[in-house]
Amino acid sequence: MELLNFFHYDFLVRALLAGSMLAILAGVLGVFLVLRKLSLIGDGLSHVSFGAVALGLLLGVYPFYVSLPITAVAAFLIFRLGERSKFYGDAAIGIVSAVGIAGGVIIASLAQGFNVDLFSYLFGSLLAISWNELYFLLALTVAGLAFIIYYYRPLFALAFDETAAKALGVKVKFLNTVLLLLTALTVAAAVKAVGVMLVSALLILPAASALQLSKNFKTTLFSAAVWALLSVLIGLAASLSFNLPTGASIVMASFFIFVFTYLIGRWRR
Amino acid sequence: MSVILKVKNINIDYNNIPALKDVSFELESGAYVGLAGPNGAGKTSLVKAILGLEAISSGEIELFGQPLTSFSQWEKIAYLPQKHQYNQLFPASVLEVVLSGLAGLPRRPKKESQEKAQVLLNDLEIIGEENKLFSRLSGGQQQRVLLARALIRQPELLILDEPTTALDPQVREKFFKILNKINKEKGTAIIMVTHDTSDIGRYAESLLYLDRSLIFYGLFSDFCDSQRMKDYFGDFSQHLICHQHDH
Repeated sequence: MELLNFFHYDFLVRALLAGSMLAILAGVLGVFLVLRKLSLIGDGLSHVSFGAVALGLLLGVYPFYVSLPITAVAAFLIFRLGERSKFYGDAAIGIVSAVGIAGGVIIASLAQGFNVDLFSYLFGSLLAISWNELYFLLALTVAGLAFIIYYYRPLFALAFDETAAKALGVKVKFLNTVLLLLTALTVAAAVKAVGVMLVSALLILPAASALQLSKNFKTTLFSAAVWALLSVLIGLAASLSFNLPTGASIVMASFFIFVFTYLIGRWRR
Repeated sequence: MSVILKVKNINIDYNNIPALKDVSFELESGAYVGLAGPNGAGKTSLVKAILGLEAISSGEIELFGQPLTSFSQWEKIAYLPQKHQYNQLFPASVLEVVLSGLAGLPRRPKKESQEKAQVLLNDLEIIGEENKLFSRLSGGQQQRVLLARALIRQPELLILDEPTTALDPQVREKFFKILNKINKEKGTAIIMVTHDTSDIGRYAESLLYLDRSLIFYGLFSDFCDSQRMKDYFGDFSQHLICHQHDH
């Protein structure tokens, strides 16, 4: 009952709604990233987002608005580097990620004075989500899910076998571009909620949990969203009940769910 | 019989090293052509070029009367790529893999597509496995599921790249019989890449032999009678290619 009383507070309602939307979108996108061995793209983009937040603070612009376009551009850079240059995609992620963090640290050291604000983004705060950010998340989640539902079959073909998908006449470039853009915007939004250090967990852990038990692709996407949502609810409840950091509590809840699904999966096999 | 594929003087270079030199040929509807040649002969490059997956340095390709650059009737073509190790973690059911063959085509009613997939799986003797994970099937079953993925498009041209590599002899035999049936009963034209010319002699009526440039294109029987090919391969090799299938 005490927990329910918390929801008389606006900021808690916003946190719950924002966390739920982020969870569903990140959970579903995470399945595509994990299966295409792009799990670490979330990590790389969150580091870029850190640099972008620093830039926003330096320029006196709300960091979220600076982070969105810069993270999106970084996502395309990773994709292009991996596609065109003579090295693997994970090396491209590593390069962009390192430059993002280095840029953020240099800006912070040059500017001095906003370190406290900047470092609050390292671990995020779901409870500090604003209405504007919530509306953005709502639009992003609706657009993202609509895209995935509408292009479900081509997206499946792309994830399963990219060469065959191209030969089937699937618009591979278009789908890859939209998936990347959605991932970048989700990461930029998630950095505020769970922090630079933990954002990739939101993409990877629910997908990894779903993969332990699923029998087909459709249920994998659905269960990744459910596990992610459950992580947010449990994490938020634990955070409020035991006065723990929200982002870290969500990640730990997600990890325990992964352990649970892993054990069930092993037992079934 | 109409010409469904025209390849005109195409060249493919990788870092200025020619992979294909001045290759030209035509394919008629309902044909069954075996595409053979030694390793590195440019077989996969050629089929990928036909499918628009590989850029050509010069020349022209026409599919169903349209230049490849503006070709849009992809529903007429299906492709079974060279077998690669599929991600064992990928949670795809057999039915989902078959239905993914419809990706890139206009939407059809779900029930109709599922029924069609079911019929194909039954024809290919994958019975009662539609909800099983694709990764749990044997190599031969996986190849047949991938063939079903190609056939659900009801293609007029089916291109297969070494479809029987890594299959045991019994499964290979079954696979070839299925292809033969598709070619004879449905009139689907087939281009089958293989490095084993004895496969071609048994099922395909024509042979396209490639070794960066086109060495031979014509009926398999003509290949075996050709003095030019005897000179090219030597008596013994030609004998092996032409008569191995009889044993």
